[in-house]
Amino acid sequence: MCLAVPAQLVEVDGDQAVACLHGNRLSINVSLIHEPRVGDWVLLHAGFAIQRLEGTDLEETWAILEDLAAAAAEEGGDP
Amino acid sequence: MSLIEHKPLERRAAPSEQGRIMLAHGGGGQLTDELINHTILPRLGNADLDELLDAAEVTLVAAEVALTIDSYVVQPLQFPGGDIGRLSICGTVNDLAVTGAEPLAIALSMIVAEGFDRHLLGQILDSVRATADEADVRVVTGDTKVVPATAADGIYLTTAGIGRRIGPRLHPRQIRPGDRILINGPIADHGLAVMLAREMPHVQSPLRSDIAPLNSLIRRILEDVPTVAFMRDPTRGGLAGVVAEVAQRQKLHVTIDERQIPLRPETWHAAEMLGLDPLEVANEGKVVAFVRPDTAEQVLQIMRDHPLGREAAIIGQVDDDGPPVCEVLTRIGGRRVLHKPYGEQLPRIC
Amino acid sequence: MSRRVLELQQVIQRLHEVAPRLGRTARFMEVCGTHTVNAFRSGLRSLLPDNVQLLSGPGCPVCVTSQGEIDRIIHLATQPNVILCTYGDMIRVTGSTSSLADARAAGADIRVIYSTLDAVQIAVGNPHRQVVLAAVGFETTTPATAIAILEAERLELDNFTVLASHKCILPALEALLDSGKVQVDGFVCPGHVAVVTGAEVFRSIVHRYRLSCVITGFEGPQIAAALLRLTELRLGGMPRLENLYPQAVSPEGNPRALAAIARVFEPVDAVWRGLGMLPESALGIRAAFSEFDARRRFDLPEHEPPEPRGCVCGSVITGRASPDQCPHFAVACTPAHPIGPCMVSSEGTCAAWFKYAAHPRRRAPSPLHEQEVPT
Repeated sequence: MCLAVPAQLVEVDGDQAVACLHGNRLSINVSLIHEPRVGDWVLLHAGFAIQRLEGTDLEETWAILEDLAAAAAEEGGDP
Repeated sequence: MSLIEHKPLERRAAPSEQGRIMLAHGGGGQLTDELINHTILPRLGNADLDELLDAAEVTLVAAEVALTIDSYVVQPLQFPGGDIGRLSICGTVNDLAVTGAEPLAIALSMIVAEGFDRHLLGQILDSVRATADEADVRVVTGDTKVVPATAADGIYLTTAGIGRRIGPRLHPRQIRPGDRILINGPIADHGLAVMLAREMPHVQSPLRSDIAPLNSLIRRILEDVPTVAFMRDPTRGGLAGVVAEVAQRQKLHVTIDERQIPLRPETWHAAEMLGLDPLEVANEGKVVAFVRPDTAEQVLQIMRDHPLGREAAIIGQVDDDGPPVCEVLTRIGGRRVLHKPYGEQLPRIC
Repeated sequence: MSRRVLELQQVIQRLHEVAPRLGRTARFMEVCGTHTVNAFRSGLRSLLPDNVQLLSGPGCPVCVTSQGEIDRIIHLATQPNVILCTYGDMIRVTGSTSSLADARAAGADIRVIYSTLDAVQIAVGNPHRQVVLAAVGFETTTPATAIAILEAERLELDNFTVLASHKCILPALEALLDSGKVQVDGFVCPGHVAVVTGAEVFRSIVHRYRLSCVITGFEGPQIAAALLRLTELRLGGMPRLENLYPQAVSPEGNPRALAAIARVFEPVDAVWRGLGMLPESALGIRAAFSEFDARRRFDLPEHEPPEPRGCVCGSVITGRASPDQCPHFAVACTPAHPIGPCMVSSEGTCAAWFKYAAHPRRRAPSPLHEQEVPT
């Protein structure tokens, strides 16, 4: 339902920032991000940064997948 | 008023070019003459157009003539990589070229809104001329009308073109199972560059329209490979529109491989942001060619040897059997059906 | 533990290995239009084992917007001196008789915006006209509307209002499950909603209904990974809440976004297309911001037209029918002439089927048969 794409902050000025998506630069609102900094990767939705990303690599998903499977095997289900 | 005496004015903007277009500029009287002589002829003039006859004469040596017409209403009028003037020439030249015809002459009709900036009109006509020169074709006749400001959005151009068939007749009926599908470079640049310029003018983007006249590239292909089955320029509706229509109309199963389709990363990211499928986005400097399998590598090489085909690729094929749809082999190795797009492309958030 | 990087092929292969052990067909529901579209667009659906089904739930905010609400938006757009701002998604959606595209063709001033703040800027630039923002969306989108209202308040605009049609995903899932009509084995949860709400919001589904919830991103491989985990969890027998998208989704969500929502909005009842009236399932503008509430500033028609006859969208949204089981699908009901809610938005289940699957009356291409690479 909600299209959001990763973008990197290249300028930050208060609640406004310039985000870069592979060369496409646009002004966005970063008021929903705690202490945004140049170089941060954020998730961009309809002109707003809605989250700071801790990583953008799809490969992360595979590693997480493995960890989750291991954790589920150890812990069982949610109580 | 003799036209000859205006020759020295060539390429020099008249003082009145700083002003605006008025209704009387389209009235057929002295102001129309002034517009023609100071703004149009200095830019587009040639032996035929300078005659200002009601019709230009074009000498044809070929028995088979291709005729096409198209109107251009793009907004914004100037966009990264081109403008409405360049579009009006490329669109018509390319429509002729993909049917296997070499463009011979173009007729240009302008509908201009009252109050239109005359300097901008000059820039657009400069672009018409430069593009026509690039495509080696002349504007031989034309017309100008001015309408009240509320009746038109700036300027509309219509170009009609005639061309001489240079090779075999190209028709989708000639497409056969086994044929390979080629494209001469990255897709979706034009539509996204224009959409960003129109809908999100504050976005600074490296995207530029791919707009270019394709006739010299296509001529080289047709001269060397007379067995080409069909070509089309994937403009509105994009690559999806062309291949889906071929599959549906010719009742053939077509497969295209997403991994082989040239697409710039900056274009892909812009499309993702706006929620658009690059396969459905317009191109203005691309040709999709259906060729016999034994000529595919040769056509690919001809494309890659041409400045407009450096990133050409073989992107798909026509299959022996299967339902009459186009299937996309996706990046992750799955499949999906490709349909003709609905129409209006809008940025979305969902 | 060394982190092993898996390839998509391995995920798909593992899914094909474990799926037969289910001994039956498992039905997992995604509740996000972007998941719906990307599962098709990436080709993932064609790679799934036959007994792992992906259902599309009520996750398209445009599709679940009631016809009455669309009629109200069109009514606003056609008022004199109004500029109506909307996301591009809404333009073609039909109300009881027409769409915003029709209204625009008839002369209404309708502007497609990318950001809610664009609408605020339009209001600043047109002080003598009323600018109305038609705001749809789930929790991902709601903060942007809240910020726009706060910005309009800061600028003391008296010509900016919002018709808020924001919905909340959890009440819809609960309504679905409480209806007892839906058989699902787990949920692929919407990663971008969870960015705002936090992963924990879905734990009540795990506890109350004993169904696993796996939060994931929107690339084909991420959706595949979620389906693999849901299958494995189903086999394990113990439902769990898992987060496959921790790069973006935290347990507690985005506190600033949640605070913005809470400041401007409060829970209200709402009619959902296909689901009917659901209590406290939407967000209305608080009285403190009533000057920015189009419902209070304009006289709006209150009718709620009945759902179209013969349309099975109610069953499609609730995962009980697939689009090709509807007599209208791809015959009378197409994206150009939609009858039901699932066809109206490009993110709708029927629209996605229409666009990405073979039709009518044909199944999607079978998975994993010879993949001749054309060269």
